[in-house]
Amino acid sequence: MTELTIHQPHQSSPPVLVSLRGLTVSFGSGASRVQVLHGLDLDVHVGESLGLVGESGCGKSVTWLAALGLLGANAQVQGEFRLAGERFDGLSDKALSLIRGRRIAMIFQDPASALNPVHRIGQQLLEAVSLHKGLKGEAARAQAVRLLDQVHIPNARQRFDAYPHELSGGMNQRVMIAMALAGEPDLLIADEPTTALDATIQAQILDLLSEVRRDQGMAMVLISHDLSVIAQECSRVMVMYAGRAAETAATDNLFRTAKHPYTQGLLSCVPDVASPQKRLTAIPGQVPEAGRLPKGCSFEPRCAQSMAQCSGLVPMLSSVEPDHQVACFLATP
Amino acid sequence: MMRFLVIRFLRGLLTLFLVLSFAFLILRSTGDPAMLIMSADAPPEALEAFRKGWGLDAPLWQQYVGYFKNLAQGNFGYSMRDKSPAMDLVLERIPATLSLALPAFALKLMMGISAGVYAALHRNTWIDRFLISLSIAGYTMPSFVLGLMLVLVFAVGLGWLPSGGDATWQHAILPVITLSLGGAAVLARFTRSAMLEVMGQSYIRTASAKGLVWRRVVLHHAMPNAAIPTLTVIGFMVGSLIAGAVVVESVFSWPGVGRLLVTSVANRDLAVVQSLLLLVATTMVSANLMVDILYGWIDPRVRSGQAGQGKKA
Amino acid sequence: MTPLLQVQELRKHFQVSVPEGWRQRKANLRAVDGISFDLHAGQTLGLVGESGCGKTTTARLVLGLTEATHGQVLFNGQPVAAKRDATWRAQRQNMQMVYQNPLGALDRRLNVISQVQEPLLIHGLGDALSRTEQAQDLMVSMGLPKPLWHRYPHELSGGQRQRVVLARALILKPSLLVCDEPVSALDVSIQAQVINLLQDVQERMGVAYLFISHDLKVVRQVSDQVAVMYLGHIVEQAPPQQLFSEPLHPYSQALVSSVPSLWQRSNPKRHILQGDPPSPLSLQSGCVFQNRCPHAQAICREVPPRLTPLTSERQVACHLVSEQAVLPDAPLESLA
Repeated sequence: MTELTIHQPHQSSPPVLVSLRGLTVSFGSGASRVQVLHGLDLDVHVGESLGLVGESGCGKSVTWLAALGLLGANAQVQGEFRLAGERFDGLSDKALSLIRGRRIAMIFQDPASALNPVHRIGQQLLEAVSLHKGLKGEAARAQAVRLLDQVHIPNARQRFDAYPHELSGGMNQRVMIAMALAGEPDLLIADEPTTALDATIQAQILDLLSEVRRDQGMAMVLISHDLSVIAQECSRVMVMYAGRAAETAATDNLFRTAKHPYTQGLLSCVPDVASPQKRLTAIPGQVPEAGRLPKGCSFEPRCAQSMAQCSGLVPMLSSVEPDHQVACFLATP
Repeated sequence: MMRFLVIRFLRGLLTLFLVLSFAFLILRSTGDPAMLIMSADAPPEALEAFRKGWGLDAPLWQQYVGYFKNLAQGNFGYSMRDKSPAMDLVLERIPATLSLALPAFALKLMMGISAGVYAALHRNTWIDRFLISLSIAGYTMPSFVLGLMLVLVFAVGLGWLPSGGDATWQHAILPVITLSLGGAAVLARFTRSAMLEVMGQSYIRTASAKGLVWRRVVLHHAMPNAAIPTLTVIGFMVGSLIAGAVVVESVFSWPGVGRLLVTSVANRDLAVVQSLLLLVATTMVSANLMVDILYGWIDPRVRSGQAGQGKKA
Repeated sequence: MTPLLQVQELRKHFQVSVPEGWRQRKANLRAVDGISFDLHAGQTLGLVGESGCGKTTTARLVLGLTEATHGQVLFNGQPVAAKRDATWRAQRQNMQMVYQNPLGALDRRLNVISQVQEPLLIHGLGDALSRTEQAQDLMVSMGLPKPLWHRYPHELSGGQRQRVVLARALILKPSLLVCDEPVSALDVSIQAQVINLLQDVQERMGVAYLFISHDLKVVRQVSDQVAVMYLGHIVEQAPPQQLFSEPLHPYSQALVSSVPSLWQRSNPKRHILQGDPPSPLSLQSGCVFQNRCPHAQAICREVPPRLTPLTSERQVACHLVSEQAVLPDAPLESLA
């Protein structure tokens, strides 16, 4: 196994670009109200790539949909969100639309359904270009073609007039990325961008995201359930479980010295192509439903190392070493 | 696509043929035009002469073949009441019907679509629930009940509007409203569910995430997609422009095609009824054909055929 | 020893209508185009490939759910029936299938223990009491305790449902289980549980698995042999350790290097495959992989390569790979 270097935090890490504090999200009202996020705190620094990993129900996608106001009227969102120091929580939809795409862009899973089937891809791209760059006519079109080239779509000029159903999944995802880049955002949120794609196409898209990020100097949040994808692309990782943060650290640190039993469990239950074949150590039980979380630590029922206090109190995220935080009584007594 | 349209066209012709045959047989198996048109106590010889004169004594298959032969030559038959060409009688009534049907259609579209879209965008709020109840009331209530209620309130009770006839434009108000409410209710319902379905799609989220204002997301991204299923309903409404007014015209004594249909069926004025049905069926079939073409125009997936080989990577 | 399952030169072609301008053209979709492999009792053969490679069609052919255009499938030396007659029904007792979507594979209106018993009922095995007992025992051994027996599928979690599907498939004690993406729809921690369960069952009951998946990590974990499919052909077959440490076929190389690893980052020798897979409709002579192969030669465009054994355990279908030679671009370094 090749030796890995433990990430040494820089003396002066880059400034915080986006910070979320106390993010709480609930759906529904009255008796059928369900809380899915329980006071999440999260920072994204300028130019960094942060991985957000967790299984179903952990709230990793909801976090960013909530921050950008994309959850719809049925959701109640609370918290303090800052972009470059300025608050953007509680803004009107109109005000938020100035941030979306222009400062913070988001791409989604399953590109085939994420593009409007009745509009040509060129049109959809032009829409973003005109909106964010104020270009019109030929200038806008030229810029759109340039974006398609940037994401390596062959024959960009001809493909401009294609409809989404005429392109493959990989192509469509490139179009989505081009659309996201149109506004030259400071932060790109990629929500499971490769989950619906084949393995070889997945590799292409992840490569593209790296390239684009480096070229633009953008920060990126990569949301995935696949730890190895995160390991590949991100310098820092946050592991989420049942609507709360479990652990966050630099990638190497996290994998080498994971402190939260859930993270440890995840690492030993995923088969890895670079490790010798051995029996997987599965985590017993299953993720609790959002409306029926156990009292105390949400992971306690499945935790082999749980202690008496774990079923009574909810552990808070606290530092175990510089740049490594864990929400666990075992790690931070 | 072409193949598809050609097949639809041929199917349309088949439909016309079946409608006319069906009407032909039914009309001739019940009721006796002779007794209905001449008075019931006319002497039997006169009735016989009438029947002979109109060829009603010939065997049914002969009449059937004869009818279609004439049709092929553009001869639509003659009214048994006043011997004028049947189709002319029908055609001269069309403007009257259209003067109700067209404004009603416009109203249906405006009210139905806006109510449906609004309800969908404000789902589960009191206004959504109100609009749904209103639309349920609208399409379950028979139009004659609605018409009579309106007459009672506005003509008899308040005396603001006339209750029947077609003398002035004010006479058209109540019938147009009656005619439009049922259709608007149906359209509202359809539009609402089409919109709700579309609004839940991933590409709407993408459009918002792009930074587009809500208005643009709804008008430019959601509505074109919601139009696709709604088009079927609208097509049906276009198809029934002519014939849909039968009840309303009767309630309001409006001298249109609908009234003519009622009276000529009662009298078994065969040629007139059949000409009317031919007209109605043709309108319906053409409207459906247009909807098919429009589908292809709006939805590019239909254009490239269903096997659009949406190659997944 | 006769292999449990023998697939020989299996082909399945579909006639489709392809829209072309205004009209439609009849074309031949070669979903599976000449594959052969053996599966021995109690072993697992992993079948990997991307969308459109033909792995699901292969599964259906093996089970006799669809009729082959050419070639044959032998189960215990007997040809697998593809018509739904008595022979076919009798063969069901020996071969079963597990699907990707457990909710879709279960009847919403029956409780789970009835569904697990149902195969026994269908084949008229035992009486009501023994059926119930067998089902109960099996479910407990699958990690489904008594409180869950009378629940309905939608009242169970994804992992629990998949266990039910598995129990239902295993109650007849088949010797072959075809698993089509059995864990893809599950959370990672539940995947591990189900994978372990599958391995335990194999040890206990000696079931052979034909394990189909697009997830290479999972296939590597469970398989004794892995066959890589591309556009209806098997391009390489090898034990997982060998395939993943030294893939020989250019497609396998690209596939293997596309799987990110937790412990080994940014492999500089990654083979990123360009472009999209061509449609299985296009007819071309020669190797199916020629359009995307970085090493394509003249011969590749004319003559389709045959799957040839290199060692007793490995087979490759490529003109440029022979006994000792490896391709110019050396594949991944040997991993642990």
